[in-house]
Amino acid sequence: MDMKRDYYEDVRLFSSPAVVFWFVVLLGALYLFPLFAENYYVYVANYIAINIIVATGLNLLVGYTGQISLGHAGFFAIGAYGTIILMAKAGLPFLLALPGAALIAAGFGFFLGLPSLRLEGPYLAIATLGFGLTITQVIGRVQLFGGREGLHAPDITIGSWIIDTDKEFYILLITLTIFLLLFMRNLIRTRVGRAFIAIRDADIAASTMGVNILYYKTLAFAVSAFYAGIGGGLYAFVLKFIEPEIFTLMMSIMFLAMVVVGGLGSMMGSIAGATLLCWLDLKLRNILSIPYIGDWLEHLSKNWFSITGVSNIQFIVFGTIMILIMLFEPLGLFGVWIRTKKYWRTWPF
Amino acid sequence: MDQAFFRVDDLSISFGGIRALEDIGFTMNKGEIFSVIGPNGAGKTTLFNCISGLYQPGRGDIVFKGCSITRKKPDVIARLGIARTFQNIELFSHMNTMENIMLGRHIHMKTGLFKGMFMWGKASSAGREEILHRERVEHIIDFLELQNVRDTFVGALPYGTQKLIELGRALALEPDLLLLDEPCAGMNSEEKQDMIFWIKDIQDELGISILLIEHDMKMVMDISDRVMAINFGKPITIGTPEEVQADEQVLKAYIGEGD
Repeated sequence: MDMKRDYYEDVRLFSSPAVVFWFVVLLGALYLFPLFAENYYVYVANYIAINIIVATGLNLLVGYTGQISLGHAGFFAIGAYGTIILMAKAGLPFLLALPGAALIAAGFGFFLGLPSLRLEGPYLAIATLGFGLTITQVIGRVQLFGGREGLHAPDITIGSWIIDTDKEFYILLITLTIFLLLFMRNLIRTRVGRAFIAIRDADIAASTMGVNILYYKTLAFAVSAFYAGIGGGLYAFVLKFIEPEIFTLMMSIMFLAMVVVGGLGSMMGSIAGATLLCWLDLKLRNILSIPYIGDWLEHLSKNWFSITGVSNIQFIVFGTIMILIMLFEPLGLFGVWIRTKKYWRTWPF
Repeated sequence: MDQAFFRVDDLSISFGGIRALEDIGFTMNKGEIFSVIGPNGAGKTTLFNCISGLYQPGRGDIVFKGCSITRKKPDVIARLGIARTFQNIELFSHMNTMENIMLGRHIHMKTGLFKGMFMWGKASSAGREEILHRERVEHIIDFLELQNVRDTFVGALPYGTQKLIELGRALALEPDLLLLDEPCAGMNSEEKQDMIFWIKDIQDELGISILLIEHDMKMVMDISDRVMAINFGKPITIGTPEEVQADEQVLKAYIGEGD
């Protein structure tokens, strides 16, 4: 065994050559995916990748820094509208408009973070909730933003590459997602990431160790809003058309649910949580077309709950999952993964 | 011109109708171990909280190296070179020992948002800084003999070890003044003996001045250069350990008045 220790060992990106190998395999699989998959599944993958970006950003705020936000649909909306308007009205290319809009979202995040020094827990939740609801109201009333009629997304061109299919957009999106995840992973291992975690675990001790609490809390809000803004800007091109009604409180709650179900303070958790909930969301919309179960559910729902049938069953399922997670595995999917790994490492003892 | 290393002048603070501190004043010399003793509720930890900026004193002044720190924020005071430990352990329970102590290096490191995001390898600016400071932390881990818990999450460690990690975190800040709030509370006699040696070492080898709160009188009398006794937020006496031990008012405060 090589006993030579290196201080970089603890923070390096890949802990062993095997991890590098699997990372490369994963990258290959991700980039080859659209060659084999049907269009619908590419669309699903795009939808999931966008939610992974937002969940990762929100996890920095909620999971690592210990703050809360019920207003991330607001940042998401700013990113979506900002990107389209910067492209259509200001004539910026997509690759400038997207980070530009995300920076605007980050600016809003910074200002929303300012009260976080005084507000905690439920009070901060209400403040961010108010922000999320206000943003859609404002957008719906301003003509520049298309008002209630919404806005159409223009075509994306990067150099001579015109992106007009889901598969081409997938390549762009997956590249951005990988970089954003790696940036976040790097950040968390450094001085800044440690300061975030320190504020979550013991803010008084952190401040007496020289951490400027207000600065790092607002920074967490800004970075988190930036990620949500990027997600929103990309989402506009998945939908091709945006209107204020898309960015509801339910969307903010879904983002939060992804982070909690996946596991607070774990990047793998955010990825797993976003993937699971997005996939369930899309699948459960079609639950009525499943033979027998679908008929039975419709019958049950019409007789006992609502006249229209099962329209919101996904929320019932999500609620159940969250309750189960809170009761049995507060660390979320990540906690399940850790336990499984431990179990197999010591198996059969 | 004020030449005192650390000075507290007429410090007073009240919470509602309770005067937690009243006209506390003392001067510390560089390199000194200065102890604050007093019965429970005398205001010792309140004094520490005023010094480290967690409480805003109502009246009085705190001067460190010739500059007033009275109404400064905790992180600014830390940057000036004052570190502390807590009576009830305040560690970052979801970090391991190494990372906890690394946080003490916070003010000495520079990596910000963008350099952090671009930590691609050893050669990157953030990577080089990490290596440099992890090496420094490793020395502290060696000094406090914490090698066997280096990579363990601190939440699950025994109380005495957690107290040591807190001390290590404060040392990592490389302070000029170290505030220790009951470093030996809840330790057995062997652990206490070790702690006494370390505190002595910190004074002798690192040249750090120490302001100490402790209930163990034997330890206080052993290692302190000077002692201040307070009761009900008011100073009773200041002097060498022998003088304070012989003071009648101190005895009254601890044992009560005889009939």
